[in-house]
Amino acid sequence: MVDVLIIGSGGAGLTSALSAQEAGASVLVVGKAYPTNSQTSMAQGGMNAALGNVGEDEVASHIADTIKSAHGLCDEDMVRQMCADAPKTIEWLESIGVPFSRLDNDKSGIRTVAQRQMGGASAKRACYAQDYTGLKILHTLYDTCLKEEIDFLDEHYLLNLITQGDAVKGATFLDIRTGEIKQINAKSVIMATGGYGSLYHGYTTNAYGSTGDGVAAVLRAGGAVSDMEFIQFHPTALKHSCILISESARGEGGYLVNESGKRFVDELKPRDEVARAIFSQIKEDQRVFLDVRHLGEEKLMELLPQEVELCKMHEHVDPATDLIPVKPVAHYTMGGIDVDDALEVNGIKGCFAVGECSNAKVHGANRLGGNSLLEITTFGKLAGENAYKHAVDASAEPADDTQQQKDAVDIETLLSQEVNVNFYPYREMLGDLFYEKVGIVRENDQLHDALNEVIAMQVTQKEMGIADKSRENNQNLIEFLEFQNALLLAPIIISAAIARDESRGAHYKVGFDSENETLKKHIVLQWDKDETCK
Amino acid sequence: MQVKILRSETSTHQLYTLPAGEIPLLNALTYIKETQDATLTFSAGCRASVCGTCAVRVNGKEELACAYKVKPGDIIEPLQYHPVLRDLKVDKHKAKETLSKSTAWLHNSQEASLTHSDEKLSETQTDCILCDSCYSACPVYAINPDFLGPFALTRAYRYSSDKRESDAKTIIDNIQANGVWDCTLCGECTIACPKGIDPKMDITMLRGTSVQFGHEDPAFSQQSFGTPDFGGGGFGFDPNSGF
Repeated sequence: MVDVLIIGSGGAGLTSALSAQEAGASVLVVGKAYPTNSQTSMAQGGMNAALGNVGEDEVASHIADTIKSAHGLCDEDMVRQMCADAPKTIEWLESIGVPFSRLDNDKSGIRTVAQRQMGGASAKRACYAQDYTGLKILHTLYDTCLKEEIDFLDEHYLLNLITQGDAVKGATFLDIRTGEIKQINAKSVIMATGGYGSLYHGYTTNAYGSTGDGVAAVLRAGGAVSDMEFIQFHPTALKHSCILISESARGEGGYLVNESGKRFVDELKPRDEVARAIFSQIKEDQRVFLDVRHLGEEKLMELLPQEVELCKMHEHVDPATDLIPVKPVAHYTMGGIDVDDALEVNGIKGCFAVGECSNAKVHGANRLGGNSLLEITTFGKLAGENAYKHAVDASAEPADDTQQQKDAVDIETLLSQEVNVNFYPYREMLGDLFYEKVGIVRENDQLHDALNEVIAMQVTQKEMGIADKSRENNQNLIEFLEFQNALLLAPIIISAAIARDESRGAHYKVGFDSENETLKKHIVLQWDKDETCK
Repeated sequence: MQVKILRSETSTHQLYTLPAGEIPLLNALTYIKETQDATLTFSAGCRASVCGTCAVRVNGKEELACAYKVKPGDIIEPLQYHPVLRDLKVDKHKAKETLSKSTAWLHNSQEASLTHSDEKLSETQTDCILCDSCYSACPVYAINPDFLGPFALTRAYRYSSDKRESDAKTIIDNIQANGVWDCTLCGECTIACPKGIDPKMDITMLRGTSVQFGHEDPAFSQQSFGTPDFGGGGFGFDPNSGF
């Protein structure tokens, strides 16, 4: 029985693995792909820490900016902890070799780390590595995991958490290569499974795999989720491919213009406001562009080399000479697994959650650019330490194989039953439906329509299945299981959006255009015991 | 337009038809899977050339499926020198073991005064996404599966040249066997890399550092440069040869 089982091998998972092992735990990191394939690689712009390397900055300002952007929905103690720990997290990343961009200032250590402006920030606070910040942090974490001989189990897909009473005992997985259903027993579990932005299939910057697998598993196991209606739309994704163009493009001086060439919003406002401003331009049949031409080719290649490449490749425009067509798409899910201040899941003892899958209440109604890489590394460390502490006193008695048997039967059924309905068109329909009716600007009528359509889809789901019956390496099966998770979360997101008759941060509702003091609270959802899988 | 994809079950190229127009290969594969053949298996992730998941070979050249635009008649196959798990999906564990063997990480960290030009020294090397394209293109890997290979050596170079590393020698010591000297400097990896990394140059630099740390090219030291009997081979001058 392993002390700490970490599910998910992105930045949050790798950081918590290193931290739990350093504390003294035996750890195992299980992921559905390889560690460096994760969503963390896509984070571009930077990671906030009030180092004050470029102009004055204070931790207190970082805290104030984060609280302001959260619109009353954050836990201020958690925000204070994250922001106060940020400089020391940068120090740690520096010590393991993260290749940050640098200043020429004759200083040493983290005093040389370059910092840039992001939206909603009162100072140049985001530490970066060109526009590959997430990639370079992730790979350095991975190299460090190899150094520390962290155990990995790749290509294992999470099926369910195993619980006994109200405590976690491990989890079941589908070994994607062999098709075998495995039970892994653990004293503590850390969920680091990423967000659910891929529900907006076709309208998201996220990788295909961000389907909320961990959030759904926690719900099924009796844990709580919260703030599910808060989904951040990134203002600038490439119009045709939805590929992210970092906020740092605006931080470095880029403009947003409509097709008449007019600027229409302060580009450095928080993402929710900028996304809505673009959305209303698009509603008025205006095309919207990001204009970075005035930065010049040399500066673009220096600061945003990845963006330049992606624009040329996917949009056939050269940012040095052309306008970049953009639109806002789903980017980050603020809501997720409801955790306490120790990052322990409410409703499941010994189960912790960190990163985008969790709702540690630091982002509230709207996340600031540069705070997600900070959350995964700062709270990743905390999750690892707390999971180890729990493991020390936890029972070493493994659970029986009831859950494993049940999951094996379910998978067997999928592999053997006749398929009447291909689920892939529904995956697309769900994305269309969410972007249109549960998107940047919401209306109660449309939300109710969306809820009805999703419930109808859940009924049809019983007819859906997989055409590929192979036991080994069955991508069709994995994609169906991911779709099932997305479809399980869909009505929860919509219901929470319906309940929130106000506009707050990323949740904007027509007819309820301002914040309502009585709704300054988290909407928490937990299934009754008889609805959960046990 | 039509493309051919190598299917592992039958070991034959299967013909698929796509709608006309520009389409990234990854979108084409997804289209086929969703609408024509749910059994077609491949790996996919970010769609933006940064997660390293979707590398395949198109007409014999390594490409990221998300970045490559399909052309009529393209032949799509899995990466070379990796066990094929199914269709275009390969097992990348072997190549990743080489990262551990080469101990490409910071061994003994020290505070350093890094500058903008220090950042530039490893900027391209740290763009690596571990897509395995360079391993698929490497002819040494074809005959010596224990070769540390391009990306592990590039990463060894990146850490060994980092001013924060006070123990570069350990990294250099660990890339001697099946490492820097086994490379033929053919440059295929440099051509294959979708991120513009030049492992050939990194390996050349590592050879220089290796010599500074007292290592030498084993092939070089085994060769004779003219012993008293003039019987040396290889690069040695043999007055009897060819006369």
